[in-house]
Amino acid sequence: MSEERYNPTELLICTASRLMEDEVTAFIGTGIPMLAAALAQRRQAPNLIPIFEFGGTGAILEDLPMAVGEARTFHKGLAASGICDIMETAARGFIDYGFLGGAQIDPYGNLNSTIIGPRHHPPKVRLPGSGGANDVGSLCWRTIIIIRHSRRTFVPKVDFITTPGYLTGPGAREEAGLPPGTGPLYVVSTLALLGFDEESKRMKLLKTQPGVTVDQVVAETGFELIIPSQIETNEPPSDEELRILREEVDRQRLYI
Amino acid sequence: MRVIESGIGELIQIPDMNAFREWNRTQKSRKLVDKLMTEQEAIRRFVYDGCYIGTELYGTVRCPMSLVREVIRQGIKDLRVAGQGVTELDLWLAAGIVKTLDITYIGLEVYGVSSALRRAVESGQVEKVVEWSNGGISWRFKAAAMGVPFLPVRSMLGSDTFKYSAAKIVECPFTGEKVALLPALILDVGLIHVHRADRYGNCQIEGITGFALEMARASKRLIISAEEIVPTEEIRRYPDRTVIPYYLVDAVVHAPFGSHPGEMAYRYCRDEPEIKAWVEASKTEEGARAYLKEWVYDLPDHQAYLKKVGRERLDRLVEGRERRE
Repeated sequence: MSEERYNPTELLICTASRLMEDEVTAFIGTGIPMLAAALAQRRQAPNLIPIFEFGGTGAILEDLPMAVGEARTFHKGLAASGICDIMETAARGFIDYGFLGGAQIDPYGNLNSTIIGPRHHPPKVRLPGSGGANDVGSLCWRTIIIIRHSRRTFVPKVDFITTPGYLTGPGAREEAGLPPGTGPLYVVSTLALLGFDEESKRMKLLKTQPGVTVDQVVAETGFELIIPSQIETNEPPSDEELRILREEVDRQRLYI
Repeated sequence: MRVIESGIGELIQIPDMNAFREWNRTQKSRKLVDKLMTEQEAIRRFVYDGCYIGTELYGTVRCPMSLVREVIRQGIKDLRVAGQGVTELDLWLAAGIVKTLDITYIGLEVYGVSSALRRAVESGQVEKVVEWSNGGISWRFKAAAMGVPFLPVRSMLGSDTFKYSAAKIVECPFTGEKVALLPALILDVGLIHVHRADRYGNCQIEGITGFALEMARASKRLIISAEEIVPTEEIRRYPDRTVIPYYLVDAVVHAPFGSHPGEMAYRYCRDEPEIKAWVEASKTEEGARAYLKEWVYDLPDHQAYLKKVGRERLDRLVEGRERRE
């Protein structure tokens, strides 16, 4: 993080973008996932099929959408349908990845984007609510969470489970009735790339971001992380990634 | 079918499908009659204090903003609102006319959390808030559109979004697995903006259809605003493009740039400075009030609104539209 070649937003975008594969379907939300998908389409994943909740399928992300329903979400797209079609497509197991964010995340990858504080109504702080997030977290095969790293966001227990991660641990999703084989795969943060332990379903450190130590990650996380003995450092954004991001993807610097 | 768990949120309206059928039989004419009227007349005739109302698509995209502003102008209050929104529900919340919310998402997307929502909900001015997911609320409209009282889905399970909803979890009678039952949602009034309609209310949309098809079929009264009013021959030439047939519709309003400051696919792009102006103004109660005065209360109608926006600015939005290349 000491490097000034890129900012934290660019780091999140590049880290998330590298996780996007070619020839898969991915549910894309507003903001960083859109930029990551646009970058991935120009690099390793030209046939990444972005799916937007209100009906856009297979857009070529030449210009950045500012909203999940706007015309750029089906620019040169393959299909323009509606929200029921998209959510039902996810329910039938056709959407491989979903990208999510939130104000809080817990060790099991449960996400909160509804309220802050102990009471539902009236709440201390009212956030936007689920939107499509709960459907994405319930129905896509695997989800990738993108979130800024601090003790305020990485909390032992979220104030409200807007979107299910692994809930209370192994078997809990299936017990709740959610489709088997689903759940969060990665967490991309400003300090680290994290995953989930196969057995306990608790969050596990995979890589630290460039210039970040394991101790820093631990200090900024409000719960105990699983720390393997060997931790690699994530590759910093390359000059080429940054060039594409700044000169092609977000020419007007709306996000970065 | 055994109910395993019930959400503790209030079911705002019981999905009485027999009453809905009867309504559609007796209150919805099959006659091809001219329904073209102004925003003022449509809102005066069909929207009332305390009604259960919804808008489509949302705030910055194909949204019936001229109708939304007219609802505020007429001083209608105590609305029970279903759905998700950006600028449209922000305006209603800031105007203090929302009493109950079936909420999925209210926010400003790229510009973050809605200050108008925060003030209205945290103060308790909005008395009840019931949580749903976007898929959830759309499927609730779909259930009503199907004429069934609920739909089983595999979303919202295991979450607090379920807990604070009015859904129920049951054991599937065929597989034994848990499923969430979403109650059908029948609106008193739906507001939808489309690309073109004829005077009878046959509607065609370009680009994504959001949840227009479902909401149109789940509304007891449906007010359509359209960018363009076309002759019925034009509709008959492309009947495959009609997504809302006339008998669902109670009023047709001609509203060019009706989605402003939002966009309309293939016609005009969103007006970023105007959206940002609301984002800034709405940060304080005074700012929001001043904005409402300037852009809603002090203008008699949509024509005056467009005149205030100005031809030059509207032309620029047309220039920036999505094109079929």
